[in-house]
Amino acid sequence: MKDISAIRADFPILSRYVHNKPLVYFDNGATTQKPKCVLDTLYEVYTSYNSNIHRGVHFLSDKASEEYENAREKIRAFINAENKEEIIFTSGTTGSINAIAYSFGERYIKNGDEIIISHLEHHANIVPWQMLCERKGAKLRVIPVDDNGEIIFEEYLKLLSSRTRLVAVTQVSNALGVIVPVKKIIEEAHSVKIPVLVDGAQGIQHGITDVREMNCDFYVFSGHKIYGPTGIGVLYGKIEILSELPPYQGGGDMVKSVTFEKTTYADLPFRFEAGTVNFPGAIGLGKAIDYLLSIGMENISRRESELLKYAEKRLLSIGDLKIYGNSQKKISINSFLLKNIHMYDTGMILDKLGIAVRTGTHCAQPVMDRFGIDGTVRASMCFYNTVEEIDILGAGIEKVIEMFS
Amino acid sequence: MTVNEVQDAIIDEFSVFDDWMDKYNLLIDMGRELPVIEAKFKIKDYLIEGCQSKVWLYPEFDGERITFTADSDAIITKGIVSLLIRVLSERRPEEIISADLYFIDKIDLRQNLSPTRANGLLAMVKQIKLYAIAYQAKQNM
Repeated sequence: MKDISAIRADFPILSRYVHNKPLVYFDNGATTQKPKCVLDTLYEVYTSYNSNIHRGVHFLSDKASEEYENAREKIRAFINAENKEEIIFTSGTTGSINAIAYSFGERYIKNGDEIIISHLEHHANIVPWQMLCERKGAKLRVIPVDDNGEIIFEEYLKLLSSRTRLVAVTQVSNALGVIVPVKKIIEEAHSVKIPVLVDGAQGIQHGITDVREMNCDFYVFSGHKIYGPTGIGVLYGKIEILSELPPYQGGGDMVKSVTFEKTTYADLPFRFEAGTVNFPGAIGLGKAIDYLLSIGMENISRRESELLKYAEKRLLSIGDLKIYGNSQKKISINSFLLKNIHMYDTGMILDKLGIAVRTGTHCAQPVMDRFGIDGTVRASMCFYNTVEEIDILGAGIEKVIEMFS
Repeated sequence: MTVNEVQDAIIDEFSVFDDWMDKYNLLIDMGRELPVIEAKFKIKDYLIEGCQSKVWLYPEFDGERITFTADSDAIITKGIVSLLIRVLSERRPEEIISADLYFIDKIDLRQNLSPTRANGLLAMVKQIKLYAIAYQAKQNM
Protein backbone atom coordinates (compact mmCIF):
# COMPACT_ATOMS: atom_id res chain seq x y z
CA MET A 1 0.00 0.00 0.00
CA LYS A 2 1.06 3.54 -0.73
CA ASP A 3 2.90 5.18 2.14
CA ILE A 4 0.68 7.23 4.46
CA SER A 5 2.53 10.50 3.96
CA ALA A 6 2.19 10.08 0.20
CA ILE A 7 -1.53 9.38 0.62
CA ARG A 8 -1.97 12.48 2.76
CA ALA A 9 -0.12 14.55 0.20
CA ASP A 10 -2.82 13.57 -2.31
CA PHE A 11 -5.40 15.51 -0.25
CA PRO A 12 -4.56 19.24 -0.31
CA ILE A 13 -6.87 20.19 2.57
CA LEU A 14 -5.17 17.84 5.03
CA SER A 15 -2.14 20.09 5.31
CA ARG A 16 -4.09 23.13 6.45
CA TYR A 17 -4.26 24.62 9.93
CA VAL A 18 -7.39 25.35 11.95
CA HIS A 19 -7.20 27.76 14.91
CA ASN A 20 -3.41 27.69 14.45
CA LYS A 21 -3.31 23.92 14.93
CA PRO A 22 -2.76 21.28 12.23
CA LEU A 23 -6.16 20.06 11.08
CA VAL A 24 -7.21 16.66 12.43
CA TYR A 25 -10.16 15.70 10.28
CA PHE A 26 -12.34 13.10 11.98
CA ASP A 27 -15.65 14.00 10.36
CA ASN A 28 -15.34 11.67 7.40
CA GLY A 29 -18.74 10.15 8.12
CA ALA A 30 -20.30 13.50 7.27
CA THR A 31 -18.18 14.09 4.19
CA THR A 32 -14.77 12.96 2.99
CA GLN A 33 -12.00 15.17 1.68
CA LYS A 34 -11.09 15.10 -2.00
CA PRO A 35 -7.85 13.97 -3.56
CA LYS A 36 -6.20 16.46 -5.90
CA CYS A 37 -6.88 14.26 -8.93
CA VAL A 38 -10.66 14.67 -8.35
CA LEU A 39 -10.30 18.44 -8.04
CA ASP A 40 -8.13 18.51 -11.17
CA THR A 41 -10.75 16.51 -13.02
CA LEU A 42 -13.46 19.03 -12.13
CA TYR A 43 -11.19 21.82 -13.31
CA GLU A 44 -10.49 19.94 -16.50
CA VAL A 45 -14.18 19.38 -17.22
CA TYR A 46 -14.92 23.06 -16.90
CA THR A 47 -11.83 24.29 -18.73
CA SER A 48 -11.55 21.85 -21.57
CA TYR A 49 -14.86 20.23 -22.49
CA ASN A 50 -17.75 21.69 -20.51
CA SER A 51 -20.85 21.23 -22.61
CA ASN A 52 -24.28 19.76 -22.06
CA ILE A 53 -24.31 15.99 -22.37
CA HIS A 54 -26.48 13.97 -24.76
CA ARG A 55 -27.55 17.14 -26.61
CA GLY A 56 -25.11 18.63 -29.03
CA VAL A 57 -23.63 17.28 -32.22
CA HIS A 58 -20.49 19.23 -31.56
CA PHE A 59 -17.14 18.05 -30.28
CA LEU A 60 -17.42 19.29 -26.70
CA SER A 61 -20.81 17.75 -26.12
CA ASP A 62 -19.60 14.44 -27.51
CA LYS A 63 -16.58 14.50 -25.26
CA ALA A 64 -18.62 15.40 -22.15
CA SER A 65 -21.17 12.68 -22.92
CA GLU A 66 -18.42 10.14 -23.44
CA GLU A 67 -16.71 10.99 -20.16
CA TYR A 68 -20.05 10.92 -18.35
CA GLU A 69 -20.84 7.47 -19.71
CA ASN A 70 -17.30 6.32 -18.88
CA ALA A 71 -17.98 7.36 -15.28
CA ARG A 72 -21.15 5.27 -15.30
CA GLU A 73 -19.14 2.28 -16.49
CA LYS A 74 -16.53 2.83 -13.74
CA ILE A 75 -19.27 2.81 -11.14
CA ARG A 76 -20.84 -0.29 -12.62
CA ALA A 77 -17.53 -2.11 -12.39
CA PHE A 78 -16.81 -0.75 -8.91
CA ILE A 79 -19.99 -2.20 -7.42
CA ASN A 80 -19.97 -5.17 -9.82
CA ALA A 81 -23.38 -4.47 -11.29
CA GLU A 82 -24.26 -6.52 -14.34
CA ASN A 83 -25.43 -3.72 -16.65
CA LYS A 84 -24.56 -0.09 -17.16
CA GLU A 85 -28.30 0.60 -17.47
CA GLU A 86 -28.64 -0.26 -13.80
CA ILE A 87 -26.55 2.75 -12.73
CA ILE A 88 -28.55 5.95 -12.38
CA PHE A 89 -26.98 9.23 -11.38
CA THR A 90 -28.85 11.22 -8.74
CA SER A 91 -28.01 14.10 -6.44
CA GLY A 92 -26.96 11.81 -3.59
CA THR A 93 -28.19 9.08 -1.25
CA THR A 94 -31.17 11.19 -0.19
CA GLY A 95 -32.07 11.82 -3.83
CA SER A 96 -31.78 8.11 -4.64
CA ILE A 97 -33.99 6.99 -1.76
CA ASN A 98 -36.61 9.61 -2.54
CA ALA A 99 -36.61 8.48 -6.17
CA ILE A 100 -37.40 4.90 -5.15
CA ALA A 101 -39.88 5.94 -2.48
CA TYR A 102 -41.73 7.86 -5.15
CA SER A 103 -41.34 5.60 -8.17
CA PHE A 104 -41.56 2.18 -6.51
CA GLY A 105 -44.10 3.60 -4.06
CA GLU A 106 -46.42 4.86 -6.79
CA ARG A 107 -46.37 1.53 -8.56
CA TYR A 108 -46.50 -0.98 -5.74
CA ILE A 109 -47.52 0.48 -2.37
CA LYS A 110 -51.17 0.39 -1.36
CA ASN A 111 -53.25 1.03 1.69
CA GLY A 112 -52.38 -1.42 4.47
CA ASP A 113 -48.99 -2.42 3.01
CA GLU A 114 -45.87 -2.37 5.15
CA ILE A 115 -42.29 -1.18 4.66
CA ILE A 116 -39.58 -2.43 6.98
CA ILE A 117 -36.63 -0.28 8.06
CA SER A 118 -34.30 -0.59 11.06
CA HIS A 119 -33.87 1.47 14.19
CA LEU A 120 -30.38 2.43 12.94
CA GLU A 121 -31.49 4.41 9.91
CA HIS A 122 -30.35 7.88 8.98
CA HIS A 123 -33.29 10.28 8.60
CA ALA A 124 -32.80 9.98 4.82
CA ASN A 125 -33.89 6.35 5.05
CA ILE A 126 -36.82 7.10 7.35
CA VAL A 127 -38.56 10.27 6.21
CA PRO A 128 -39.09 9.38 2.50
CA TRP A 129 -40.77 6.13 3.60
CA GLN A 130 -42.86 7.94 6.19
CA MET A 131 -44.00 10.36 3.50
CA LEU A 132 -44.83 7.44 1.21
CA CYS A 133 -46.77 5.70 3.99
CA GLU A 134 -48.75 8.88 4.59
CA ARG A 135 -49.59 9.17 0.90
CA LYS A 136 -50.67 5.57 0.59
CA GLY A 137 -52.00 4.67 4.01
CA ALA A 138 -49.17 2.17 4.43
CA LYS A 139 -47.27 1.40 7.62
CA LEU A 140 -43.62 1.65 8.60
CA ARG A 141 -42.27 -1.25 10.68
CA VAL A 142 -38.96 -0.94 12.50
CA ILE A 143 -36.40 -3.65 13.30
CA PRO A 144 -35.20 -3.02 16.88
CA VAL A 145 -31.53 -3.01 17.94
CA ASP A 146 -29.81 -4.39 21.03
CA ASP A 147 -27.55 -2.57 23.50
CA ASN A 148 -24.54 -2.97 21.21
CA GLY A 149 -26.39 -1.34 18.34
CA GLU A 150 -26.86 -4.60 16.43
CA ILE A 151 -30.22 -5.31 14.86
CA ILE A 152 -32.20 -8.10 16.51
CA PHE A 153 -32.54 -10.59 13.69
CA GLU A 154 -35.36 -12.66 15.20
CA GLU A 155 -37.43 -9.50 15.46
CA TYR A 156 -36.80 -8.79 11.80
CA LEU A 157 -38.06 -12.26 10.89
CA LYS A 158 -41.23 -11.60 12.90
CA LEU A 159 -41.84 -8.33 11.02
CA LEU A 160 -41.65 -9.96 7.58
CA SER A 161 -45.20 -10.74 6.55
CA SER A 162 -47.57 -10.98 3.62
CA ARG A 163 -48.15 -7.22 4.05
CA THR A 164 -44.45 -6.36 3.58
CA ARG A 165 -43.69 -4.74 0.23
CA LEU A 166 -40.14 -3.51 0.72
CA VAL A 167 -37.24 -3.69 3.17
CA ALA A 168 -34.97 -0.62 3.29
CA VAL A 169 -31.93 -0.92 5.54
CA THR A 170 -28.60 0.75 5.99
CA GLN A 171 -25.40 -1.18 5.35
CA VAL A 172 -23.67 0.60 8.25
CA SER A 173 -25.08 2.79 11.02
CA ASN A 174 -23.86 6.33 10.41
CA ALA A 175 -24.23 7.24 14.07
CA LEU A 176 -22.55 4.18 15.63
CA GLY A 177 -20.49 2.60 12.85
CA VAL A 178 -22.10 -0.81 13.40
CA ILE A 179 -22.25 -3.02 10.28
CA VAL A 180 -25.67 -4.47 9.49
CA PRO A 181 -25.89 -8.06 8.16
CA VAL A 182 -27.55 -6.93 4.94
CA LYS A 183 -26.84 -10.17 3.07
CA LYS A 184 -28.77 -12.23 5.60
CA ILE A 185 -31.56 -9.64 5.63
CA ILE A 186 -31.80 -9.83 1.84
CA GLU A 187 -31.84 -13.66 1.81
CA GLU A 188 -34.77 -13.75 4.20
CA ALA A 189 -36.67 -11.05 2.34
CA HIS A 190 -36.10 -12.76 -1.00
CA SER A 191 -37.30 -16.07 0.37
CA VAL A 192 -40.72 -14.41 0.56
CA LYS A 193 -40.17 -12.42 -2.65
CA ILE A 194 -39.72 -8.99 -1.07
CA PRO A 195 -37.21 -6.58 -2.63
CA VAL A 196 -34.56 -4.87 -0.51
CA LEU A 197 -32.99 -1.43 -0.76
CA VAL A 198 -29.57 -1.03 0.87
CA ASP A 199 -28.43 2.43 1.95
CA GLY A 200 -24.71 2.22 1.21
CA ALA A 201 -23.86 5.81 2.17
CA GLN A 202 -21.63 4.65 5.04
CA GLY A 203 -20.64 1.31 3.56
CA ILE A 204 -19.28 1.75 0.08
CA GLN A 205 -16.17 3.77 1.03
CA HIS A 206 -14.88 1.18 3.50
CA GLY A 207 -14.42 -1.95 1.44
CA ILE A 208 -15.29 -4.00 -1.62
CA THR A 209 -18.89 -3.67 -2.76
CA ASP A 210 -20.47 -6.38 -4.86
CA VAL A 211 -24.15 -5.79 -5.46
CA ARG A 212 -24.55 -9.11 -7.23
CA GLU A 213 -23.05 -11.06 -4.38
CA MET A 214 -25.09 -9.01 -1.88
CA ASN A 215 -28.07 -9.58 -4.16
CA CYS A 216 -29.76 -6.33 -3.14
CA ASP A 217 -32.46 -4.96 -5.42
CA PHE A 218 -31.46 -1.33 -4.92
CA TYR A 219 -28.19 0.09 -3.66
CA VAL A 220 -27.72 3.82 -3.08
CA PHE A 221 -24.78 6.01 -2.12
CA SER A 222 -23.37 9.56 -2.27
CA GLY A 223 -20.32 10.75 -4.17
CA HIS A 224 -19.16 13.14 -1.48
CA LYS A 225 -18.77 10.38 1.12
CA ILE A 226 -16.50 8.38 -1.17
CA TYR A 227 -13.95 11.12 -1.90
CA GLY A 228 -15.90 12.40 -4.90
CA PRO A 229 -17.66 15.73 -5.45
CA THR A 230 -20.76 16.87 -3.58
CA GLY A 231 -24.11 16.85 -5.35
CA ILE A 232 -23.74 13.55 -7.17
CA GLY A 233 -25.02 10.18 -6.07
CA VAL A 234 -25.89 6.79 -7.41
CA LEU A 235 -28.98 4.67 -7.52
CA TYR A 236 -28.33 1.09 -8.55
CA GLY A 237 -31.38 -1.02 -9.30
CA LYS A 238 -31.72 -4.49 -10.80
CA ILE A 239 -32.69 -4.05 -14.40
CA GLU A 240 -35.79 -6.24 -14.17
CA ILE A 241 -37.15 -4.07 -11.36
CA LEU A 242 -36.10 -0.70 -12.78
CA SER A 243 -37.70 -1.49 -16.14
CA GLU A 244 -41.06 -1.83 -14.41
CA LEU A 245 -40.84 1.46 -12.54
CA PRO A 246 -42.36 4.72 -13.73
CA PRO A 247 -40.09 7.80 -13.92
CA TYR A 248 -40.21 10.03 -10.85
CA GLN A 249 -39.30 13.31 -12.50
CA GLY A 250 -40.26 14.58 -15.92
CA GLY A 251 -38.11 16.80 -18.11
CA GLY A 252 -35.54 16.84 -20.84
CA ASP A 253 -33.29 13.90 -21.71
CA MET A 254 -35.67 11.35 -20.16
CA VAL A 255 -38.01 11.19 -23.10
CA LYS A 256 -38.17 9.56 -26.53
CA SER A 257 -40.83 11.80 -27.98
CA VAL A 258 -43.03 14.53 -26.60
CA THR A 259 -46.29 15.80 -28.02
CA PHE A 260 -49.01 17.52 -26.03
CA GLU A 261 -51.07 14.35 -26.32
CA LYS A 262 -48.51 11.76 -25.34
CA THR A 263 -44.93 11.43 -24.19
CA THR A 264 -42.92 8.25 -24.46
CA TYR A 265 -40.07 7.78 -22.04
CA ALA A 266 -36.47 7.04 -22.85
CA ASP A 267 -34.88 3.71 -21.99
CA LEU A 268 -32.86 2.99 -18.88
CA PRO A 269 -30.95 4.65 -17.34
CA PHE A 270 -31.96 7.95 -18.98
CA ARG A 271 -35.60 7.58 -18.00
CA PHE A 272 -34.52 8.34 -14.44
CA GLU A 273 -32.18 11.19 -15.31
CA ALA A 274 -34.46 14.10 -16.13
CA GLY A 275 -32.89 17.46 -16.92
CA THR A 276 -29.19 18.23 -17.01
CA VAL A 277 -27.52 15.87 -14.57
CA ASN A 278 -24.50 16.94 -12.55
CA PHE A 279 -22.18 15.47 -15.17
CA PRO A 280 -18.99 17.12 -13.87
CA GLY A 281 -19.82 15.55 -10.50
CA ALA A 282 -20.32 12.16 -12.11
CA ILE A 283 -17.00 12.43 -13.97
CA GLY A 284 -15.32 13.55 -10.73
CA LEU A 285 -16.84 10.57 -8.93
CA GLY A 286 -15.43 8.30 -11.62
CA LYS A 287 -12.01 9.79 -10.91
CA ALA A 288 -12.43 9.26 -7.16
CA ILE A 289 -13.10 5.59 -7.89
CA ASP A 290 -9.95 5.37 -10.03
CA TYR A 291 -8.05 6.82 -7.10
CA LEU A 292 -9.51 4.39 -4.57
CA LEU A 293 -8.74 1.46 -6.85
CA SER A 294 -5.14 2.65 -7.11
CA ILE A 295 -4.93 2.45 -3.29
CA GLY A 296 -6.91 -0.80 -3.20
CA MET A 297 -10.18 -1.30 -1.34
CA GLU A 298 -8.74 -4.25 0.66
CA ASN A 299 -5.88 -2.01 1.75
CA ILE A 300 -8.35 0.67 2.77
CA SER A 301 -10.39 -1.80 4.85
CA ARG A 302 -7.31 -3.19 6.53
CA ARG A 303 -5.89 0.20 7.35
CA GLU A 304 -9.20 1.49 8.69
CA SER A 305 -9.71 -1.51 10.96
CA GLU A 306 -6.20 -0.98 12.35
CA LEU A 307 -7.08 2.65 13.04
CA LEU A 308 -10.34 1.61 14.69
CA LYS A 309 -8.57 -0.88 16.93
CA TYR A 310 -5.98 1.71 17.94
CA ALA A 311 -8.63 4.40 18.54
CA GLU A 312 -10.83 2.15 20.66
CA LYS A 313 -7.88 1.22 22.83
CA ARG A 314 -6.78 4.85 23.19
CA LEU A 315 -10.26 6.18 23.92
CA LEU A 316 -11.14 3.43 26.37
CA SER A 317 -7.93 4.20 28.28
CA ILE A 318 -9.69 7.45 29.23
CA GLY A 319 -11.86 6.95 32.30
CA ASP A 320 -15.41 8.30 32.13
CA LEU A 321 -15.62 7.79 28.36
CA LYS A 322 -18.40 5.61 27.04
CA ILE A 323 -18.49 4.29 23.48
CA TYR A 324 -21.91 3.72 21.88
CA GLY A 325 -22.11 0.85 19.43
CA ASN A 326 -19.90 -1.81 21.00
CA SER A 327 -20.30 -4.29 18.21
CA GLN A 328 -17.37 -6.38 16.98
CA LYS A 329 -18.44 -5.62 13.44
CA LYS A 330 -17.83 -1.93 12.89
CA ILE A 331 -16.35 0.49 10.44
CA SER A 332 -13.96 3.18 11.69
CA ILE A 333 -16.39 5.29 13.69
CA ASN A 334 -16.15 6.08 17.39
CA SER A 335 -19.35 7.48 18.82
CA PHE A 336 -18.88 8.46 22.44
CA LEU A 337 -19.84 10.62 25.39
CA LEU A 338 -17.85 11.82 28.36
CA LYS A 339 -19.41 11.40 31.77
CA ASN A 340 -21.14 14.61 32.92
CA ILE A 341 -19.76 16.63 30.00
CA HIS A 342 -22.11 17.80 27.28
CA MET A 343 -21.21 16.70 23.74
CA TYR A 344 -21.42 20.31 22.62
CA ASP A 345 -18.79 21.38 25.17
CA THR A 346 -16.57 18.51 24.06
CA GLY A 347 -16.97 19.38 20.38
CA MET A 348 -16.29 23.09 20.95
CA ILE A 349 -13.02 22.51 22.76
CA LEU A 350 -11.86 19.82 20.31
CA ASP A 351 -12.56 22.31 17.52
CA LYS A 352 -10.29 24.85 19.19
CA LEU A 353 -7.59 22.17 19.18
CA GLY A 354 -7.97 21.78 15.42
CA ILE A 355 -9.90 18.52 15.69
CA ALA A 356 -13.05 18.24 13.57
CA VAL A 357 -15.64 15.87 15.02
CA ARG A 358 -19.38 15.84 14.73
CA THR A 359 -21.69 16.34 17.69
CA GLY A 360 -25.43 15.83 17.91
CA THR A 361 -27.85 13.19 16.72
CA HIS A 362 -26.07 12.59 13.39
CA CYS A 363 -29.45 12.80 11.59
CA ALA A 364 -30.38 9.57 13.34
CA GLN A 365 -32.53 10.71 16.22
CA PRO A 366 -34.29 7.36 16.73
CA VAL A 367 -30.94 5.64 17.44
CA MET A 368 -30.12 8.29 20.04
CA ASP A 369 -33.59 7.84 21.59
CA ARG A 370 -32.94 4.08 21.70
CA PHE A 371 -29.93 4.72 23.93
CA GLY A 372 -31.71 7.46 25.90
CA ILE A 373 -29.24 10.18 24.91
CA ASP A 374 -29.50 13.52 23.09
CA GLY A 375 -26.56 12.75 20.84
CA THR A 376 -22.91 11.76 20.84
CA VAL A 377 -19.51 13.01 19.79
CA ARG A 378 -18.57 11.13 16.65
CA ALA A 379 -15.00 10.72 15.46
CA SER A 380 -15.19 9.06 12.05
CA MET A 381 -11.84 8.05 10.60
CA CYS A 382 -10.69 6.92 7.21
CA PHE A 383 -7.56 5.61 5.52
CA TYR A 384 -5.81 8.99 5.34
CA ASN A 385 -5.98 9.43 9.11
CA THR A 386 -3.05 8.44 11.31
CA VAL A 387 -2.39 7.00 14.76
CA GLU A 388 -0.71 10.31 15.62
CA GLU A 389 -4.02 12.05 14.94
CA ILE A 390 -5.77 9.56 17.22
CA ASP A 391 -3.25 10.46 19.92
CA ILE A 392 -4.04 14.16 19.38
CA LEU A 393 -7.74 13.33 19.80
CA GLY A 394 -6.98 11.33 22.94
CA ALA A 395 -5.00 14.21 24.44
CA GLY A 396 -7.73 16.64 23.35
CA ILE A 397 -10.39 14.64 25.17
CA GLU A 398 -8.21 14.59 28.29
CA LYS A 399 -7.92 18.37 28.02
CA VAL A 400 -11.73 18.63 27.78
CA ILE A 401 -12.14 16.54 30.93
CA GLU A 402 -9.59 18.73 32.73
CA MET A 403 -11.42 21.91 31.71
CA PHE A 404 -14.91 20.80 32.68
CA SER A 405 -14.35 18.85 35.85
CA MET B 1 -24.67 50.42 35.19
CA THR B 2 -26.20 50.94 31.77
CA VAL B 3 -26.47 48.21 29.18
CA ASN B 4 -23.44 49.61 27.37
CA GLU B 5 -21.39 49.98 30.55
CA VAL B 6 -21.89 46.30 31.30
CA GLN B 7 -21.03 45.39 27.71
CA ASP B 8 -17.83 47.45 27.88
CA ALA B 9 -16.89 45.76 31.16
CA ILE B 10 -17.30 42.33 29.54
CA ILE B 11 -15.23 43.38 26.52
CA ASP B 12 -12.48 44.52 28.94
CA GLU B 13 -12.54 41.22 30.83
CA PHE B 14 -12.15 39.23 27.60
CA SER B 15 -9.53 41.54 26.11
CA VAL B 16 -6.99 40.35 28.70
CA PHE B 17 -6.74 37.01 26.87
CA ASP B 18 -5.33 36.35 23.42
CA ASP B 19 -5.66 32.61 23.54
CA TRP B 20 -9.07 31.15 22.87
CA MET B 21 -8.60 28.44 25.47
CA ASP B 22 -8.31 31.17 28.11
CA LYS B 23 -11.42 32.89 26.78
CA TYR B 24 -13.29 29.61 27.07
CA ASN B 25 -12.07 29.14 30.61
CA LEU B 26 -13.40 32.60 31.41
CA LEU B 27 -16.71 31.71 29.76
CA ILE B 28 -16.88 28.52 31.82
CA ASP B 29 -16.26 30.52 35.01
CA MET B 30 -18.98 32.99 34.04
CA GLY B 31 -21.37 30.10 33.56
CA ARG B 32 -20.94 29.30 37.22
CA GLU B 33 -22.28 32.77 38.11
CA LEU B 34 -25.46 32.29 36.15
CA PRO B 35 -28.63 33.04 38.17
CA VAL B 36 -30.10 29.58 37.91
CA ILE B 37 -33.71 29.03 36.93
CA GLU B 38 -35.94 27.31 39.49
CA ALA B 39 -36.29 23.59 38.79
CA LYS B 40 -40.06 23.90 38.32
CA PHE B 41 -39.52 26.23 35.34
CA LYS B 42 -37.15 23.86 33.57
CA ILE B 43 -39.97 22.74 31.30
CA LYS B 44 -40.73 22.83 27.61
CA ASP B 45 -42.52 26.21 27.89
CA TYR B 46 -39.24 27.88 28.80
CA LEU B 47 -36.98 25.90 26.49
CA ILE B 48 -35.43 27.93 23.68
CA GLU B 49 -35.63 26.32 20.27
CA GLY B 50 -32.68 26.52 17.93
CA CYS B 51 -29.79 25.57 20.18
CA GLN B 52 -27.71 22.39 19.91
CA SER B 53 -27.69 22.26 23.69
CA LYS B 54 -30.77 22.82 25.83
CA VAL B 55 -31.37 26.33 27.18
CA TRP B 56 -34.16 27.25 29.56
CA LEU B 57 -34.92 30.91 30.15
CA TYR B 58 -37.45 32.24 32.67
CA PRO B 59 -38.56 35.90 32.85
CA GLU B 60 -40.04 37.59 35.89
CA PHE B 61 -41.62 41.03 35.60
CA ASP B 62 -42.28 43.19 38.67
CA GLY B 63 -44.18 45.83 36.73
CA GLU B 64 -41.03 47.82 36.08
CA ARG B 65 -38.11 45.52 35.40
CA ILE B 66 -37.59 42.04 33.97
CA THR B 67 -35.35 39.60 35.79
CA PHE B 68 -34.13 36.55 33.94
CA THR B 69 -32.96 33.22 35.29
CA ALA B 70 -31.70 30.45 33.05
CA ASP B 71 -29.84 27.18 32.73
CA SER B 72 -28.25 24.97 30.11
CA ASP B 73 -27.04 21.40 29.99
CA ALA B 74 -23.82 22.53 28.28
CA ILE B 75 -21.33 24.59 30.26
CA ILE B 76 -20.08 26.83 27.44
CA THR B 77 -23.68 27.64 26.55
CA LYS B 78 -24.30 28.41 30.21
CA GLY B 79 -21.45 30.91 30.02
CA ILE B 80 -23.00 32.57 26.98
CA VAL B 81 -26.46 32.83 28.59
CA SER B 82 -24.83 34.14 31.71
CA LEU B 83 -23.27 37.00 29.71
CA LEU B 84 -26.60 37.86 28.11
CA ILE B 85 -28.29 37.90 31.48
CA ARG B 86 -25.57 40.06 32.97
CA VAL B 87 -26.25 42.63 30.24
CA LEU B 88 -30.03 42.38 29.98
CA SER B 89 -31.48 41.18 33.28
CA GLU B 90 -33.09 43.50 35.84
CA ARG B 91 -33.84 46.07 33.19
CA ARG B 92 -36.90 47.91 31.92
CA PRO B 93 -38.50 46.40 28.79
CA GLU B 94 -37.60 49.43 26.64
CA GLU B 95 -33.92 49.15 27.64
CA ILE B 96 -33.89 45.51 26.52
CA ILE B 97 -35.73 46.21 23.27
CA SER B 98 -33.41 49.05 22.28
CA ALA B 99 -30.19 47.31 23.40
CA ASP B 100 -27.56 47.06 20.68
CA LEU B 101 -25.56 44.00 21.67
CA TYR B 102 -22.18 44.89 20.25
CA PHE B 103 -20.22 42.92 22.84
CA ILE B 104 -21.03 39.65 21.03
CA ASP B 105 -18.91 40.69 18.06
CA LYS B 106 -16.28 42.49 20.14
CA ILE B 107 -15.38 39.40 22.17
CA ASP B 108 -15.44 37.25 19.00
CA LEU B 109 -18.32 35.18 20.27
CA ARG B 110 -20.15 35.21 16.96
CA GLN B 111 -17.16 34.32 14.78
CA ASN B 112 -16.23 31.50 17.05
CA LEU B 113 -19.60 29.87 16.98
CA SER B 114 -20.60 28.04 13.82
CA PRO B 115 -23.83 29.19 12.14
CA THR B 116 -26.01 26.62 13.88
CA ARG B 117 -24.48 27.45 17.22
CA ALA B 118 -24.66 31.16 16.46
CA ASN B 119 -28.31 30.62 15.69
CA GLY B 120 -28.63 29.31 19.20
CA LEU B 121 -27.11 32.52 20.50
CA LEU B 122 -29.39 34.58 18.25
CA ALA B 123 -32.36 32.52 19.41
CA MET B 124 -31.54 33.43 23.01
CA VAL B 125 -31.30 37.15 22.20
CA LYS B 126 -34.52 36.96 20.22
CA GLN B 127 -36.35 35.25 23.09
CA ILE B 128 -35.15 37.83 25.62
CA LYS B 129 -36.31 40.68 23.36
CA LEU B 130 -39.65 38.97 22.71
CA TYR B 131 -40.32 38.78 26.45
CA ALA B 132 -39.46 42.49 26.73
CA ILE B 133 -41.84 43.38 23.90
CA ALA B 134 -44.62 41.32 25.50
CA TYR B 135 -44.16 42.96 28.93
CA GLN B 136 -43.99 46.42 27.39
CA ALA B 137 -47.28 45.78 25.63
CA LYS B 138 -48.76 44.62 28.92
CA GLN B 139 -47.50 47.80 30.64
CA ASN B 140 -49.15 49.98 28.04
CA MET B 141 -52.49 48.26 28.27
